[in-house]
Amino acid sequence: MLRRPHYIAVGLMALLTLLVLNLPGRTTARLKLAIGSLFLPLFGLASGAKELAGHAGDVVMPRGELLRLNESLRRENEQLRIQIQQAEGIERENARLRQLVGWQRQTRWNLRLARVVLRDPANWWRTVQIDLGSLNGVSNNLPVLTAEGHLVGRVASTSLTRSQVVLLGDPNCRVAARVLNEAGDTGIISAGGLFDGSMVLMNHLSRNANVKPGQRVVTSGLGGTFPKDILVGQIADARPVEYGLYTEALVKLAANPGALEEVWVLFP
Amino acid sequence: MRDDVRASLGRPNPDLELGGGVGRQTDTRLSLPTRVKGHDTIVSFSKSRMNKLHHTLLFLAALLAVFWEAAFGGIRNVLGAQVSLLPALMVYAAMSTGLVTLALLALLSGLLFDSLSANPLGVSVLPLFAVGVMIHARRDLLLREQVFAQVVLGFLASALAPALAVLLLLTLGESPLLGWGSLWQWLVMSAGGAAATPLLFILFGWLNRVLGYQPVMETSFRPDREIRRGRS
Repeated sequence: MLRRPHYIAVGLMALLTLLVLNLPGRTTARLKLAIGSLFLPLFGLASGAKELAGHAGDVVMPRGELLRLNESLRRENEQLRIQIQQAEGIERENARLRQLVGWQRQTRWNLRLARVVLRDPANWWRTVQIDLGSLNGVSNNLPVLTAEGHLVGRVASTSLTRSQVVLLGDPNCRVAARVLNEAGDTGIISAGGLFDGSMVLMNHLSRNANVKPGQRVVTSGLGGTFPKDILVGQIADARPVEYGLYTEALVKLAANPGALEEVWVLFP
Repeated sequence: MRDDVRASLGRPNPDLELGGGVGRQTDTRLSLPTRVKGHDTIVSFSKSRMNKLHHTLLFLAALLAVFWEAAFGGIRNVLGAQVSLLPALMVYAAMSTGLVTLALLALLSGLLFDSLSANPLGVSVLPLFAVGVMIHARRDLLLREQVFAQVVLGFLASALAPALAVLLLLTLGESPLLGWGSLWQWLVMSAGGAAATPLLFILFGWLNRVLGYQPVMETSFRPDREIRRGRS
């Protein structure tokens, strides 16, 4: 049976919890930042251990393997140089044509590499923390991409040296998307399944949408948060919902949220 | 005399008041009649230091547990759910410390957990404390030394704490990712907590033995009962 001290303690703790939960958003964010800074020594230790493991791996790497990797990277570098030259030619042509037609010139993507340092310890959210913060110019709602340029999510909150990225499949990450078919059907990417983190739902497709498995899904640019034409994934399945009023599609994400180690933050 | 020693003399220990303490061994040792002058001072000093050490270890364990949950996702990648060590830690704390320490641990570990999560700050505090208080209130009836009891308590605590947290989130109007798969995640968390609880008891028992003071063994030799042989 609970005794008097237990009732008092539970009451006090409930009061304290209510107080903390009702703090203003900015104060809560600062508190989170302050409490999260307790983990800074552990970040240092963890990254130090990883570096040490990396160095140990370098030491035992055979010279033949290194030479083979070097040769492979040199060839890839040459190919990429040629592709850049071609792309620059196309870009110049594109800019000239845009000028002739009178269209606004597209701005280049300004990307910055970040390392994923932590995952959400709670099973009911899909977020990660990256090692770029407001000191690096990161602000809320910036899109985050994989190394291959596939959409991962958006920045949800920032501290000085770290940012929280809410991933695709989390209830708080919704993306206006377009299916690359003839009709260009648009919908909204929302939360996915619990077991397979690489599957998300695409809602609000029209009842006549011609969505088929294998068709690619990209950002539509509507909503203003995500730029247009970033690859999200491809259709895995589609079915009518709400007595045939809408179509709902299951989308297999191009990025694997469970295996993220490094991501690009897309600056405006 | 040091201030902390002076302060510890004549002041009731909240842990002892509530039937707590670092362990039964230590409490038994403290209740023994002392024959050496100044022994009370030494025992109080060692008791105070033991408590501080024990509390520091508990808080450090909470910090490391939250960091482990966020930094290492091996179990999550294999089983689809991350195991939380905090309910298991609350079970240990409820069985071996007082109410004040329990409350502080729940507050610290809950805030640490929420600071790395998308949870609103403070959501995890009350569920952890509720689990701890329930065990603390009945701990006189629980067999803390029995592994089976530890496993059952760990299972129940690890099942109850996330359920209460999700309930609180839904009450606050949040929309966490829930579905039929949540049942599997719940099972994994409960089983993981059940497995972790006896390990935590073993770990803390070992740490207390290694870092704490060894209990003073009473000698069975009594000079007044000595049989003197030969002629006097």
